[in-house]
Amino acid sequence: MPKPEDLKLDHVANLARLALTEEEKARFSSQLGDVLAYVALLNEVDVSDVEPTAHAFPVVNVWAEDIPEPGLSVEDALRNAPEKRDDMVVVPKVVE
Amino acid sequence: MSQELFTLSIGELSARLQAGSVSAVELMQAVIDRTKEVEPRVHAFNSYDEADALAQARASDERRARAKGLGDAVKRPLEGIPVGIKDVISVAGQPLTASSRMLANFVSPYDATAVVRLREAGAICWGRLNLDEFAMGSSTENSAFGPTSNPWDLERVPGGSSGGSAAALAAGEAIATLGSDTGGSIRQPAALCSVVGLKPTYGRVSRYGLIAFASSLDQIGPFARTVSDAAEILKAISGHDRRDSTSVKLEVPDYGLGIEQLSRSGRRWRLGIPKEYFGEGLDPEVGAAVEAAIAEYRKMGCEVREVSLPHTKYAVGAYYIIATAECSSNLARFDGIRYGHRSKDATDALDIYFKSRAEGFGQEVKRRIILGTYVLSSGYYDAYYLRAQKVRTLIRRDFLEAYKEVDAIVTPTSPTPAFRKGEKAANPLAMYLNDIYTIGVNLAGLPGMSLPCGFTRAGLPIGLQVIGQPFKETELLAIASAYEARTDWRSRQPRL
Repeated sequence: MPKPEDLKLDHVANLARLALTEEEKARFSSQLGDVLAYVALLNEVDVSDVEPTAHAFPVVNVWAEDIPEPGLSVEDALRNAPEKRDDMVVVPKVVE
Repeated sequence: MSQELFTLSIGELSARLQAGSVSAVELMQAVIDRTKEVEPRVHAFNSYDEADALAQARASDERRARAKGLGDAVKRPLEGIPVGIKDVISVAGQPLTASSRMLANFVSPYDATAVVRLREAGAICWGRLNLDEFAMGSSTENSAFGPTSNPWDLERVPGGSSGGSAAALAAGEAIATLGSDTGGSIRQPAALCSVVGLKPTYGRVSRYGLIAFASSLDQIGPFARTVSDAAEILKAISGHDRRDSTSVKLEVPDYGLGIEQLSRSGRRWRLGIPKEYFGEGLDPEVGAAVEAAIAEYRKMGCEVREVSLPHTKYAVGAYYIIATAECSSNLARFDGIRYGHRSKDATDALDIYFKSRAEGFGQEVKRRIILGTYVLSSGYYDAYYLRAQKVRTLIRRDFLEAYKEVDAIVTPTSPTPAFRKGEKAANPLAMYLNDIYTIGVNLAGLPGMSLPCGFTRAGLPIGLQVIGQPFKETELLAIASAYEARTDWRSRQPRL
């Protein structure tokens, strides 16, 4: 079973694509350490032979008729883009 | 004061609108005036669009006049009723911020399905209500645009995350409101502000157009002044939606009619009192008010018995693993590329992700993204996430087992009345434990309500939680209505 101190902030922040300040790292380490210590309570539950629940009322194979209908206009779809040009979202160069 | 338009229920206003003694425009104007008067103290709204609301009200009056001209009175109960919308539910052409810097300038390109249905029922979509950022919190202090105050005591929190929705209603700034509930975010603020709040069964209301926090737990629901008002809103927004594959294909009953039929039938309800909800941590004044409400049910002939939900003590732990895991996945979409905040200092695409998210998200959201990413990460998934999902199964079974013996379960909504701003801000775990009585309902996917059941000596509201069986909202509402009919808590109004 993992221990609260196993939480490596740098590694997890990288996975989450989230830049944290040194101060945030220190604070989250301590606060999430408390939360993880509390969550360790779950280890006393016998979960052998128990199926996991992902949704309380699982619905499977939901199909919709394949009928085209009007979607968002290009203008609406791009209205909230931070930077745009010629009906496209502008991003920094990603290939050399 | 008590006869001011902005304090009336949907039922009362609907009768006046039909009789023509008040117009939708007059009602909307009364709500706007009240909002301008109290909003500097309450701060329930992130924004509101006065001109748009009045235009909707004029359209409502025209619809009514046209129907009358055809000799056909408008009977829709929500026609002309201003309903405030939590700022995490899309309203076309209006801001949608989730109380986050990340979406400070976002404008909704479309209506959420619940909003489409409210409009179809004749309601006026009014204002964008404050919340904890991305609905993560229990106090509305985590809003990037400043906290909302509890109208009953401005130094205290209104609860959360739908604190703006509860406070606006309590303060007379709306006639009803919509919120969303992932771990208690409708029921807890309803309790802390002395209004009715309803979280429907998971799948009853479409989540299309609701900004996702934890998709397997989120559900939109109403805040209202009376149980029958909540029933009218629920009826309007419920039903299958092909845009949300988790919404269920079940017929939507006429809840208002169902309540009447059940109350006339004189059915003797069997109510379960889970002993695990009355232990350590329950404020004595809250406990006493809830006991008094239970005694009231006994007096009306209900059969009250103790039940056990043995896995209750694991609910908060399981919830904060599952909810943060889902949140870390859902909030991955906020990358600064297609919409939302983009950092001005980024040097390349990857840098945009890191810096935009660092600048756009507040502390609680970052904390939950980190926790959620961790419990899903390689080497920790089985120990945390999978185990929490299995515990979720056991929590759900507890409820279904109890429902073999009882029709509904009655508990306190929140262990304490409204706490002071700042009191729990530095201690996330203490804040999470405040959700102890509401979280199990979301994990099990059940419908749950909070309704006013008294006040502390200091004048702070106390809420009674009634938990129903899956998709049996009619019975839940009828049980809540039976208690409401014997009490007069609604006559008390906050002094603002």
